[in-house]
Amino acid sequence: MSKAHTLTITGIERHTLSILVDNEAGVLARVIGLFSSRGYNIDSLTVAEVTHDRGISRITIVTSGTPAVIEQIKAQLERLVPVHSVADLTVQGPHVEREMALVKVAGAGDKRVEALRLADIYRARVVDATTSSFVFEVTGSSEKVDTFIDLMRELGLIEVVRTGIVAIARGASGL
Amino acid sequence: MYGEPIPGAEIIVQALIDLGVEVVFGYPGGAVLPIYDAIFKQNRIRHILVRHEQGAAHAAEGYARATGKPGVVLVTSGPGATNAVTGIADAMMDSIPMVVLTGQVATHLIGNDAFQECDTVGITRHCSKHNYLVKDVDRLGDVIHEAFYIATNGRPGPVVVDIPKDIQIARATYRKPAKIEHKTYRPTIKGELADIEAAIELMANARKPILYTGGGIINSGPQAAQLLRELQRVTGFPVTSTLMGLGGFPATSPAFLGMLGMHGTYEANLAMHDSDVMVCLGARFDDRVTGRTDAFAPNAKKIHVDIDRSSINKNIMVDIGIVGDVGRVMEDMIRIWKSKGLTARKLDDWWGQINQWRARQCLAFRQEGSEILPQHAIVRLFEATKAREPIITTEVGQHQMWAAQYFGFDKPNKWLTSGGLGTMGYGLPAAIGAQLGNPNALVIDIAGEASILMNIQEMSTAKQFELPVKVFILNNEYMGMVRQWQDLTYEGRYAHSYSEALPDFVKLAEAYGWTGLRINDISELDAGIKTMIETPGPVMVDCRVAKLENCFPMVPSGAAHNEMLLGPEQVVGALSEAAQALV
Repeated sequence: MSKAHTLTITGIERHTLSILVDNEAGVLARVIGLFSSRGYNIDSLTVAEVTHDRGISRITIVTSGTPAVIEQIKAQLERLVPVHSVADLTVQGPHVEREMALVKVAGAGDKRVEALRLADIYRARVVDATTSSFVFEVTGSSEKVDTFIDLMRELGLIEVVRTGIVAIARGASGL
Repeated sequence: MYGEPIPGAEIIVQALIDLGVEVVFGYPGGAVLPIYDAIFKQNRIRHILVRHEQGAAHAAEGYARATGKPGVVLVTSGPGATNAVTGIADAMMDSIPMVVLTGQVATHLIGNDAFQECDTVGITRHCSKHNYLVKDVDRLGDVIHEAFYIATNGRPGPVVVDIPKDIQIARATYRKPAKIEHKTYRPTIKGELADIEAAIELMANARKPILYTGGGIINSGPQAAQLLRELQRVTGFPVTSTLMGLGGFPATSPAFLGMLGMHGTYEANLAMHDSDVMVCLGARFDDRVTGRTDAFAPNAKKIHVDIDRSSINKNIMVDIGIVGDVGRVMEDMIRIWKSKGLTARKLDDWWGQINQWRARQCLAFRQEGSEILPQHAIVRLFEATKAREPIITTEVGQHQMWAAQYFGFDKPNKWLTSGGLGTMGYGLPAAIGAQLGNPNALVIDIAGEASILMNIQEMSTAKQFELPVKVFILNNEYMGMVRQWQDLTYEGRYAHSYSEALPDFVKLAEAYGWTGLRINDISELDAGIKTMIETPGPVMVDCRVAKLENCFPMVPSGAAHNEMLLGPEQVVGALSEAAQALV
């Protein structure tokens, strides 16, 4: 708790939290419900089972708030019975954040060629193609995905689906 | 101990027996019929039939608060569960250990909008500490045991177990689990020594210290109240208590400043405001305690001991947060204090200041004429009953605050009130639960005429089980606290705060098979109280009191501790919009 002394109510910060939970019915509802009932922000949320044999899911939440609110969010999450651990990757040190998007673009002629060329620059893969459309798979930081989608707007963007952020700490140790 | 497979309903009953459950508060219905049949076939567990499921939940709370054991509720699906929700939310806010077993429609019907179906786990997710929907009878026994473990360990709270009807009928083998060790839920019991040492360092150098104690002292068990006495004795610090913590420290001790907060004493609130070291023991800086947070004890170094990490730095930033059981932490505090050769601090200047505040006699009132002042009624009730160390429950409102101010409690588990949620209708069923847990105790519900009507049907329960609870109604024909706020904030426009078309409480008592008494004026007060105590069986007293009396002192909404109103002459009748919104 000694960290708490230094807490002050200052500006809004963005934090990436990794939460290990029992993969049981309703666990996601508990986590999301906590955010909505206490008025916390969810900027991004992803969840999937990561250790099938032990039935543990990993939730990555990107949230924003004052340092005091972030501390409160972590304490509230830890209070949930099915939560094993809460790690604040933003506080813990360097970490990698990645997001994937599928981007559907329709067009013909120059625009179609330009879309393909930009996709190559952004290392986006073509995962579906018709004579009038592409679906690109783009992976990277949220900023990179944002930029790619922005570029596609001029070139016939039809729709976008994004996974939200997954994140992991750099280095040898795990959660 | 692996026996023959038995039906889920019998697993439930056997698990409750193994867990030492003696009393279950419930109401039958379609989705719990198998469990009721299993209860019928045994005689270890006593089932108390309430008259409304909200009553079951409050009765279980009263039982838990008065005995320290978890309260158990059994209700049916749909309306049975939704009716219990207020009591579950109440237990959550006040950290009361409780296990609520709800029936559910059969597994294959879930989600079909079946008869008496509701999403019980969805509805109770945010007002329970944890909840379960049991879909596998093989897990049922373990889930029941786990539910009790979670309800009673760490910060206590209500746990809901929703059990579909087919699971109650399906068979499985049951065995009593050895020792429950939950794979994720591991509350911190022992506080970090380095933090406790730092706290002692602050306390040892304090010039204006205060111990601010709360319901955690009660929840931690009777030894915590002993340890608090000891901590006060070795430190010499003054003590104040929240509404929930009353009885955790003896009201008769000269070191006790009375309750703090919105209707706390002048000396308690001023001492909090002026303190230089505040030791918060098992309380949570509730808005009714702090008043305006930016003006809360501005010069105090704050130490907060709480078993729930999320309570620390939630409302008030503190200097030292100690996560742990308040009893265990106080034990360490006392040990370290003594090992450093520290003795009780004299603090002459501080006590001199406190005694000046005390001299204001903020709770003084003038009983004149024949009309009974509600404060006077409570003082007389206290004087007439204190030798019997009664258990007092309350409803919610002015009478509750007057009871907290004028009834002194020297021991824990004697004061049962709905603090966090503020549930009108809590007192009568809570008294029923408390009486069941303490058959020989004098149990009195200090009530208001509006609140008592919210769970009046439970009079039938008291009658059926021959529970000699006493209901002492301070009848002013107003929802007094609502009216008081209208006086304060809305220039006395009494919108719907008048109790019209009240029943004749004496006749009502008689209709339920109770004894009914009326106290009309001061000449009848002491005799009426005496008759109430001496009459066997349940008694309802309709005590007519002054209609327009308001509850003081008061820290108005949006004000700081040192901006108390001491009497009605200070009420201006309007508050700023910002303060109005705070309420």
